[in-house]
Order: sequence, then C-alpha cells, then structure tokens
Amino acid sequence: MIEIQNISKSFGEKKILKDISGKFDKGCPNLIIGASGTGKSVLLKCIVELVKPDEGYVFFDNRNFTESNRKDKIEIRREIGMLFQGGALFDSKTVEENVRFPLDMLAKMPKDEKTDRVNLVLNRVGLKNANKKMPSELSGGMRKRVGIARAIVNNPKYLFCDEPNSGLDPQTSILIDELIQVLTSDYDTTTIVVTHDMNSVMGIGDNIMFLYQGEKLWEGGKDDITHSGVKELDDFVFANKVMIAMRGKSR
Amino acid sequence: MKEIGKYFIFIGYLFTNRESFKTHYKLIIDECVLIGVNSIFLFVLVSSFIGAVSTVQTAFNLVAPYIPKYVISQVVREMTVLELAPTVMAIVYAGKVGSSMSGNLGTMRITEQIDALEVMGINSINYLVLPKIVASVLMYPLLVIVSGVCALMGGYLVGLITGILAPTEYIYGIRYLFNEFTITFALIKAITFGFLVASISSFKGYYTQGGALEVGISSTKAVTTSVIAILLADYLLAQLLLSPA
Repeated sequence: MIEIQNISKSFGEKKILKDISGKFDKGCPNLIIGASGTGKSVLLKCIVELVKPDEGYVFFDNRNFTESNRKDKIEIRREIGMLFQGGALFDSKTVEENVRFPLDMLAKMPKDEKTDRVNLVLNRVGLKNANKKMPSELSGGMRKRVGIARAIVNNPKYLFCDEPNSGLDPQTSILIDELIQVLTSDYDTTTIVVTHDMNSVMGIGDNIMFLYQGEKLWEGGKDDITHSGVKELDDFVFANKVMIAMRGKSR
Repeated sequence: MKEIGKYFIFIGYLFTNRESFKTHYKLIIDECVLIGVNSIFLFVLVSSFIGAVSTVQTAFNLVAPYIPKYVISQVVREMTVLELAPTVMAIVYAGKVGSSMSGNLGTMRITEQIDALEVMGINSINYLVLPKIVASVLMYPLLVIVSGVCALMGGYLVGLITGILAPTEYIYGIRYLFNEFTITFALIKAITFGFLVASISSFKGYYTQGGALEVGISSTKAVTTSVIAILLADYLLAQLLLSPA
C-alpha cells in the first residue's frame, strides 16, 4: 500500500498540487484522473520523487520514503516499476536489451534465467517475436507494451503508469488497460495509473482519485463516478458524448 | 554563480552510488569508439590543412634572407605542439563531440529515459556521464597526438610540393632546439580540455528542460561554454606551467 500525506508542489509562483492526501491499495489499479494540466503527472512524479514535493510525505508500506536517506530510497526505488507516457525506451538498445536492463543492473541471476524472464514478460505483454527490434521500429502500442514489460520484469511491488493509453487507438487502449489490471492482480502490486481517458476509468477504475486544479475533489469507484454530485467531476466525466448517452440511459 | 555551484554538485554525483566496474567498462569502450574512432577523420583533415597553411603563412612572413629556412618548420612545430593541436582542435572537438554528448543526454532527458533510470534506483549521472568523461579524458590526448603528427605532415607535404623548403630543412627545423616539455604540456592541456568538454557538455545536456528546441539550445550552450572554459584553462595552464619563474 502507498500512502501520501499533504503533498504540495509549486513551480515558481504557480501552485501545482495543493495539500493532497490519499491511500492506494494493492491488488487493483488505483486511478488518478483529471483534465490536462491539473497536476496528475506531477503528483505521480512526487510520489516516486522524480520531482521533490515542497511539503508532505509518501509512505511505501509504512516506510517513510520522503525522509529516507539516499541508500534507503534506492532500495525502495528498486521495488518500483514505472511506465512512462512515451515509453521512455532506451533508443540505442533492442527490445530485449531494454526489458533485460533492470535485471542486468539490479538482479543477481544467471544469464539464462534472465533471458527466460525477459521472454516470459514479453510473451505476457503479447510481444513474442519482437526481441531484436529497435524502439524506432515499434508502433505506439508496442512501445507501451515494451515499457510495461520493462516495468514488471523485476517483479516490482509498486507499479506506476503515466497516461498508459495516451495516443493509442481505443482497441489498443483497452488491451493496455486489461494488461495493467491482470498484472496488478496476478503480481499483487500496488498500481497507480494516471489517466484522463474515461474508457480506462470505466474499465479498470475501482479506486479513483479526481484532481481539479491541483486539489483532490473526489475519491471513489467507477460505480459512483456518474453520480458524485461534484460539479467539476461531472463536467469532466460528461465531456464525452458516450458518457452523456450513458447518463441519458441510466435516467 | 548558481550554475557553477550546480556544476560542481553534478561532478560530485559522478562518484556517488557508483555502478560496477564491469558495467562502466563496457560503456567506456562504447564511448571511446563514439568519441575517438568517429572523430579521427575530422581531426586528420583539419590538422593536415592547418599544418599546411601554417607552413605557407610562416614562409610568407619570414622574408628576410638572413633567417634560415628551417625556422619555418621550427615555428610550425611550436605552434602545432603548444596551441594548434591541443587548443584549436579542442574547439573543433567541442563542436563535434560536445554538441553530440549534450544532444544525446538532452534527448534522453526530454524523452524521460533519464527518469526511467532514476526510478530504477540507478544514479543516472554516474551511469551515463562518468563513462563519457573517462572516455573523453582517454581519447582526446590520443586525438591531439594524431592531430600534431598530421599537422606536421601537412607542413612537410606542402613544403615538398611547393618547394618552400626542402624536406631535409623541414626535418632539421622540426628537431632543432626541441624542448620535450612542450609535449608534456600539450598532453596536460589535452587531458584538461577532454575533461572540460565532456563534463560541461554533459552538464548542459543532462539538465535540459522542455522539448526538441531546448535540446538544440543546450547543445549550442554546451559548445559555447566549453569553448570559453577551454580558453580560460589554456591561459591558466600556460601561466602556471610555462611562465618563467
């Protein structure tokens, strides 16, 4: 479980995150949603400390990450897998080398075992014969899947996904969402997904945190999201015609 | 001042939470190929022409009949060893290798590849930058030696072809009153410049913020700052090591 307490962050005069607290459970995807520019990705980066929060604390299974020393932080980070918006694959390495990278750097296991593990996760994300391809030869969806494979290859306890289906077609988006859900439940990870895609919200959103202009305005599940009573959330949810139609039907 | 402080902190991070020697060894070899082997052609070309032009221009300026012709190659030798090979070529080196290092790291930054390393608990500065600096410090002195030889060869060939001075006179001038310390001095400069170009360019690239436009800006800044640092260091080293008492 990951817990955040009173996270605030400013860039210059602009306050991006305002006193955000919450808990993210393990075993099911936790979604952080909101319109573009509301600070979702900044919050995610604050949690893993790619961006240092101005105030507040982050706890990974009751371990205070914010106040840990450098060595302890590295230990916790080695339990983290992260999928970045653009995949963040290393351009000069093949798919196999990209996925193998965390094992080469962090795990002590025989070479053959590493190869087996790489093939296993590539198989898991549906990229059986892509080992020798370069990132430049991959489509957006494939890059995301390689990113997921790299994130899970080391059996992380915590999985972070930053806009996993941005720039993808609806069908591939659904595949990626399902993959994240299955991996989260199979590996029992604490997964946090940042998204503004309502399809993802309605598909895998069991625990949702809604951010609006840097503030947490609502928390709940996908079943409650359509009747939250929060105007800003309603504006966000019913901005798309499919959702408006769904609301019409439910009434 | 803030930028200089940030640079020294950056240098400090090179040596914390280090990766294994085995990991670095492979990366250093890769960087040596990128930096050294891929720069040889440019260095040979530029140095040969500089040597040739220096010979012609020195001959043009030494018109008095009482000055022996071998003085031409002696002047070319001193210019080449003391300044052209280590310093002028360092500016070329900053333009080729420095901008490439900065662009490479800047692109890694904006595409979140550096963040990916950090999230894995890897010290990205140590992993990415240290091999570049070590490779640069190893390879630049070798490039300077190649450059010096090519410049002197360029002068020799132009003397031979144009008849400015005979090959025997050229060789005599090259050897005449030769002070071995100038070679040591050139290599000290080469090591210093190799470090400065790699560390400054990496620093500029590593802290790139924004998009493709900013990567270009970082590369330009990397070259400009490296050149300024080279010139300052050149003066300081000359003052420290060549100043008569």
